Amino acid sequence: MSAPFLEVNDLRVSFRTEDGVVRAVDGSSFNVAQGETLAIVGESGSGKSVTAQAIMGLLSRRSADISGQVVLDGSDLLALDDDEIRRLRGARMAMIFQDPLSSLHPFYRIGDQLTEAVRVHRKVSRKEARNRAIDGLRRVGIPAPEQRIDDYPHQLSGGMRQRVMIAMALINEPQLLIADEPTTALDVTVQAQITELMVELQKQTGTTLIIITHDLGVVADMADHVCVMYGGRVVEYGSIDDVYYRPAMPYTQGLLASVPRLDSDRNARLDPIPGNPPSLINLPSGCVFHPRCGRRDEVRGDLCVTTEPELLEVAAGHTARCHLTAQVHAEEVFGAR
Amino acid sequence: MSAFVVRRVLIMLLMLLLLSFAVFFLFSILPADVARLTCGKICTDQTIELNRARLGLDKSIFEQYWLFLSAIFVGRTYGVGEGALVCEAPCLGWSFTKSEPVLELILDRLPATVFLALGAFVIFLIGGVGLGVYSALRRGRWQDKAITGVSLIGYSLPSFFIGLVVIFFVIIRWQLLPFPDYVNPWEDPVQFLQTMILPWIVLAVLYAAFYTRLTRSQMLETLSEDFIRTARAKGLKERVVIGKHALRAGLTPIVTAAGLDLAGLLGGAIILETIFSLPGLGSLAISSVLNPDQSILVGITLITATFIIVANLIVDILYAFIDPRVRPT
Repeated sequence: MSAPFLEVNDLRVSFRTEDGVVRAVDGSSFNVAQGETLAIVGESGSGKSVTAQAIMGLLSRRSADISGQVVLDGSDLLALDDDEIRRLRGARMAMIFQDPLSSLHPFYRIGDQLTEAVRVHRKVSRKEARNRAIDGLRRVGIPAPEQRIDDYPHQLSGGMRQRVMIAMALINEPQLLIADEPTTALDVTVQAQITELMVELQKQTGTTLIIITHDLGVVADMADHVCVMYGGRVVEYGSIDDVYYRPAMPYTQGLLASVPRLDSDRNARLDPIPGNPPSLINLPSGCVFHPRCGRRDEVRGDLCVTTEPELLEVAAGHTARCHLTAQVHAEEVFGAR
Repeated sequence: MSAFVVRRVLIMLLMLLLLSFAVFFLFSILPADVARLTCGKICTDQTIELNRARLGLDKSIFEQYWLFLSAIFVGRTYGVGEGALVCEAPCLGWSFTKSEPVLELILDRLPATVFLALGAFVIFLIGGVGLGVYSALRRGRWQDKAITGVSLIGYSLPSFFIGLVVIFFVIIRWQLLPFPDYVNPWEDPVQFLQTMILPWIVLAVLYAAFYTRLTRSQMLETLSEDFIRTARAKGLKERVVIGKHALRAGLTPIVTAAGLDLAGLLGGAIILETIFSLPGLGSLAISSVLNPDQSILVGITLITATFIIVANLIVDILYAFIDPRVRPT
């Protein structure tokens, strides 16, 4: 693994609300190497999107308390002022959102929205910006881009709109692209096309990609590394093979067991994780997953209820936040003696 | 687009026709006997009957309506022989209390009302929208709370109260302005402004309060939209995010409200015109109620309603220009 291109260290984001402090992200750490794809996986409210928005500097510092480090290519983004990070947004890092219809401005032609994205960062003429926009649309597979560029968002289909969003994000050739559930709002048949397009474009451009999703199929198709989040924390991180074939955290194991697989017995029942995601205002004590964990009994004593586990290495480059991991370590050390 | 406009105009003309019938019919079923009211001091049964014939009141309601409607296009003559009164087209009826065609009375009173409406409109639109946007951008801070609180007070105070308080302090106690005496601006611009400034402000306060609240809520809703997040993610300056992306979407519904409110104001502000003794449609309407003259009331009602229908049409067409989603393809 080369030196990390993006390094997130102990990121914490909380919002003060009338009901109490919402700890949306509470100690999130992970790395992405240049040109790699990292998938961030988790249920709604696990802190995936907030993590992404914190990286992009899209959270208002008035409403959110942010601490930790987000180091992009050597510089700490959280230490930059609003205007410095604005200059990076759309130029060095870009983002694609879940719902392409509501993410495009309904009153402006897509051409206007694309050229605007060019001209905010590059000193080029209107005509040149328009040419780049047409090229961008062609690159994401929009037919007859010279005509489509003058369409309004409502005149395009859902898949086409997401292609426009992708074209807009890539128009200044960013080094980092964050895709926040890019296929969730689309038809199933279109989902595969968009996933394929993103894989293809990443191959062409070498952009580092962070994809946020709860679709484990998308993860398997695209990601090099996987970061599993739960209750605002990273609970497991590793290569796609590590996480899919040797999941160490019971939550990850539960996630994988709740997905139907083609190679499993057709009569076998799916195994959902019992219970609901935790409230971010009132998190459980100890390990945040303990109320829903099926393997609590394997941990000695009431460690799961009293003490929050650290993110520990299971194997090289594979970490998990679970007392079982620590226990295995201890046994190995103990056995070696 | 042009087919859309043509269709809307045709619908509007149909609405105007129905409206004119509704107005005419409503006033004709009032228990007041117009022939008696227009009779004058020395009144005999004979003169009443003569009046009735002259006004066409002896005919059926449909015939009366037809006479009224056709008069708009070809004019009308009341009575026969020497005492006949000629009302030239476009004729909106004849006022027997004032012995003048209704349309002339209305046109005479129109400038004061139009100037009052336009002046107040400009003030409350700029003030209300400006404060609303500012308030939304300062959401939750003291500026927002102050603006929201003050606009609630402005919204709850009746215009006659504000009007009288302002007259008492500014004109009577502090003597900053002379007593209102309306002249048209082309006659004496200074006196015109001195007369209009208070009614403009009083009328604008009421509407500005409403527009501040409307704009604030529209802006807050727009600022939480996904496309605003997209605009920020593109790296646009906050000034552009607000000034271009948020305002365009947030202010669109204001256009509808503003168009209809302006039309309503053009129908006359009865209370304020009375308080500030402005010779506008509102004061003409109130005097035609107190000193009953049905033909004037029919005329004013019709004109006011026409303003609103036309404003509605303009707003609809404007909307299609602003929002491509409602634009017919």
